[in-house]
Amino acid sequence: MMAGIGLKGLFRSDLPVARDSSGGFLPWLIALMVFFAAMATTGSVGLTDMIARWNRDVAGTLTVQIPPVIGTTAKAKEETAARVERAVRLLQSLPNVVSASEIPADKLAALLEPWLGSRELIDELPTPRLIDVTLNPQARPSLEDLQTRLKDAVEGATIDDHQVWMSKLISLAEGLQKLAWGVIALVSFTTTTTVIYATRTALAVHRPHIEVLHFVGATDSYIARQFASRGLALGLLGGLGGLLGAVPTLWAIVRLSEGLQGGLIPAITIAPLTWALLGSFPVIAGLIAMITAHITVRRQLSGML
Amino acid sequence: MQQEQFEYDTVRFKSVGLRYGNGPEILQDISLTLTPGSFHFLTGPSGAGKTSLLSLLYLARRPSRGSVELFGQDVTSAPRHRLPAIRRRLGVVFQDFRLLDHLSALDNVALPLRVAGASEAEIQRHVPELLSWVGLASHMQAKPSVLSGGQKQRVAIARAVITRPDLLVADEPTGNVDDRTAIRLMHLFREMNRLGTTIVIATHNEQLVRQMRHPRLHLEGGRLSILQPEEG
Ligand SMILES: Nc1ncnc2c1ncn2[C@@H]1O[C@H](COP(=O)(O)OP(=O)(O)O)[C@@H](O)[C@H]1O
Ligand SMILES: [Mg+2]
Repeated sequence: MMAGIGLKGLFRSDLPVARDSSGGFLPWLIALMVFFAAMATTGSVGLTDMIARWNRDVAGTLTVQIPPVIGTTAKAKEETAARVERAVRLLQSLPNVVSASEIPADKLAALLEPWLGSRELIDELPTPRLIDVTLNPQARPSLEDLQTRLKDAVEGATIDDHQVWMSKLISLAEGLQKLAWGVIALVSFTTTTTVIYATRTALAVHRPHIEVLHFVGATDSYIARQFASRGLALGLLGGLGGLLGAVPTLWAIVRLSEGLQGGLIPAITIAPLTWALLGSFPVIAGLIAMITAHITVRRQLSGML
Repeated sequence: MQQEQFEYDTVRFKSVGLRYGNGPEILQDISLTLTPGSFHFLTGPSGAGKTSLLSLLYLARRPSRGSVELFGQDVTSAPRHRLPAIRRRLGVVFQDFRLLDHLSALDNVALPLRVAGASEAEIQRHVPELLSWVGLASHMQAKPSVLSGGQKQRVAIARAVITRPDLLVADEPTGNVDDRTAIRLMHLFREMNRLGTTIVIATHNEQLVRQMRHPRLHLEGGRLSILQPEEG
């Protein structure tokens, strides 16, 4: 039993606080909370890396495809050029676009030559025209919005779908990250609230003992310290338990991700700094429990004589 | 310390009244001065308000009206952070002992010293000696639950006197012990009184009161009268 591990010897106490029922569930709850917090934190840190990498991919440049007007006539070529022109002008008018210019037909042809062979054939084929767009790297315009505006201006104009997809992925990752922060906030709130209620219950149970301590001249802070050191002990104990559960789980996730390696989702690695952060969680849990218990006791005692 | 003690009265009640909730006044218009080094018995029929009066002395409650001064300090409306220092000058023997049942006799008696920040060496020097004196040498590690009523009472008394308080308040401290032990405990109180402790003892034991020849505070019908030993 977690709660039973040598708590008695750890802190000498004038109150029988080490023996009441809250000692049983509090470490378990804190263990669970620290486990969740460790998962959420590692997830959030990992997502930060991933988002940064993906952002580097999409930031800065963008490729827009303009379908050609079918036909080899001069008129068809003119119309295609007009489409490209319209798209370029639209793009240049947007606030986050630094520059937009058509990739010259020669260059495009040169790119295609190894695949399609003769240059004449390429000229006759209805190959799409490409516009190279440089974006303001600070701002990340909504690609979906850009897409609709482009389509309105030029029928069939599309943004390179790898980039659209990436931007959706980034939004998703950012959403997940917010969720992770939400989990961490919820976990802190739950821990604090539980410690408050456990402390209040313990205070009610020990009220006769607390009165005796008052009668023999104990100050509020003397009494509060006894609850606080127990909070610290239970918080540390629970925190260590939670960490003990989280570490093998994270390790397993890292190992699994190595098997999936390649492509978009890089192998998950946990930086030494992240491990250090996780290592501090039991201490943080202990401190939260300690400070919360102390404040709760002081508040409650101030209502007594 | 000794000199300082004589600059004020140990206890001073001015027109003190006490009621519980909306009930009748249990104590009415009590004015009382206890000088340093005095020894008083507090008598009166059961339910007269002896425990209530003592509870005003040991700061378990504040009076409904009037004022209470201890050691020259008005405690009627003193902020609570000032109370621990005053309580450390008090020794209290409760009618129902109020021992901490998870602590040994030794730790119970050591409590006022620990709370005041005394060293373990000091505790080990004084507590076993006092427990031996009250006849509990072989019960130092015993928890209250295995002690008899009389033994618990002696632990409670030891806890009250371990700090050599300026004022000792005892509520029926000999109610659960045989006559010989009662007399022995009274000698302890008398010895403390000789060393300067002001003493108030509530008791039913008429024989003891007559024998000890100390003035008596008598409560009846919510009123307090002071009887000198000659009259008693
Ligand atoms: N906490 C309390 N709440 C309400 N009434 C009380 C309380 N304590 C004592 N009383 C009442 O006050 C009266 C005096 O009680 P107490 O001071 O205990 O008398 P004594 O110690 O002389 O026997 C009794 O009528 C008792 O019922
Ligand atoms: Mg009584």
